[in-house]
Amino acid sequence: MSELEEKTENGSTDSLEMGVSEEQKAEGDSGIGAGVLFFIAAFAVCFLSGWLLFPNLLYSKKEQPFNFNHALHVEEMGGCDSCHYFREDGSFAGVPKLAQCVDCHAEVMGDTEDEAVFVAEYVEKEKEVPWLIYSEQPDCVFFSHSAHVVGAQMDCVSCHGHIGESTTMKPYEENRITGYSRDIWGKNIWGFKKNSWDRMKMDDCAECHEKETGSKGACFQCHK
Amino acid sequence: MTQQNHGNAHKFGMVIDLDKCTGCGSCMVACMSENNVPFKEDESNKKDSITWMRVYKLTNGKSFPDTDVCYLPRPCMHCGGKGDHGHSPCVSVCPATATDYDYGTGIVSQIYTRCFGCRYCMGACPYHARFFNWWDPKWPEGMEEYLSPDVSPRMRGVVEKCSFCFHRYQAAKDKAYLEERDTVAEEEYQTACTQACPSGAITFGDLNNPDHAVHQLVNPDPHHCGRPRNPKAFRLLERLETNPKVYYISEREWVRKAGDNYLDGEWEKAKMKKTKGHE
Repeated sequence: MSELEEKTENGSTDSLEMGVSEEQKAEGDSGIGAGVLFFIAAFAVCFLSGWLLFPNLLYSKKEQPFNFNHALHVEEMGGCDSCHYFREDGSFAGVPKLAQCVDCHAEVMGDTEDEAVFVAEYVEKEKEVPWLIYSEQPDCVFFSHSAHVVGAQMDCVSCHGHIGESTTMKPYEENRITGYSRDIWGKNIWGFKKNSWDRMKMDDCAECHEKETGSKGACFQCHK
Repeated sequence: MTQQNHGNAHKFGMVIDLDKCTGCGSCMVACMSENNVPFKEDESNKKDSITWMRVYKLTNGKSFPDTDVCYLPRPCMHCGGKGDHGHSPCVSVCPATATDYDYGTGIVSQIYTRCFGCRYCMGACPYHARFFNWWDPKWPEGMEEYLSPDVSPRMRGVVEKCSFCFHRYQAAKDKAYLEERDTVAEEEYQTACTQACPSGAITFGDLNNPDHAVHQLVNPDPHHCGRPRNPKAFRLLERLETNPKVYYISEREWVRKAGDNYLDGEWEKAKMKKTKGHE
């Protein structure tokens, strides 16, 4: 406001008095300069807080009950399907239940702290591990693993990334407003996508469907 | 999606034999529990009730001893619209694309998370098959455990309707994919109401497949948008050209006449036309 007022004042004096001193002119220019500077600075603050700070506030971080080493299990057990398998009716079992783990983990197997926690807290108490599922879709979504893995011969990496090679579990980031995992929206707040597994939104499904099958499909193909 | 409704595409439909229906309401109960249909503590105001499948009672209006009663179960008709091109009354008015016509199955979808509750579709539907959620569903304590995980529960402010138990088709396809089959067998995809009907009045299947019972029962005419060629079969409000995928069969003429609103003398003309068409 002050810059504006100053400017109009200067302007009015300009029009009234023909002989304007050089000093006054310089004052007016510096006023505009300060205004532009202020605008740029305020814009930068708002912009950066919107794009860098807000996403951090939007997501809450939760740790998994204990660390799980995927790479070690792949090495010992073989491919993904040795734990994440299909049921006979075509549905996908997803994250293994305790009963499956107990086949090997009836007693402490390694000397890691996580293994001790697992056996003491869950195996011995016969309690399911409350895993936080990174790729959990909203309730209205129907996703057929068999259509993609068996039907379209896709590999797990296409959507889930190289999770099988990880040795630690990243924190689960939950959107405070929607309650969905950050892996659905994607890590990149700008919406840039480098890999096919960066995001799991409806647009990402539609994009691939359009490319591979020639159509996005009807609503009921992926909704329930 | 190609605008093709014949050929290899499926066209799932239902045939209900009204002479077999006893009006017991099993289909309504099965439908509600299968599809997580919400209900209120006080269900005495039937105008608010959500019934994807509703059994209506028809009478011939005559007094004893000529009086006759017929029960008519009414699911969503999954209209193909004029010309059977997928322009169902509800689909064509939805401003949110919350309901669409699947050319691969002939099923009219309803996506609850997309719907914003304007209720145009309810006004457009000539069969009263769509229902609005005026309240959030409230399940009696412990009943959440009985809900089906395959059907998404609805929230306040959206419209819902019969989906021909589409989640059962999804499950059947899941199995077919795993067993590396291309097709889903007739018995693998059946709606809850079909299986619940104790008198076997409801038949469900692919109207485009001559091996399926529904096709054999009504013999749909592909050149007239699936109009039944069986003279005992009819569709509700046939003359609106909504081309429903639900067919009714009855030996009784007054029941067949009740399927549309005929002026005096119109029924006789329609009957003549129908019999001529089959000669």
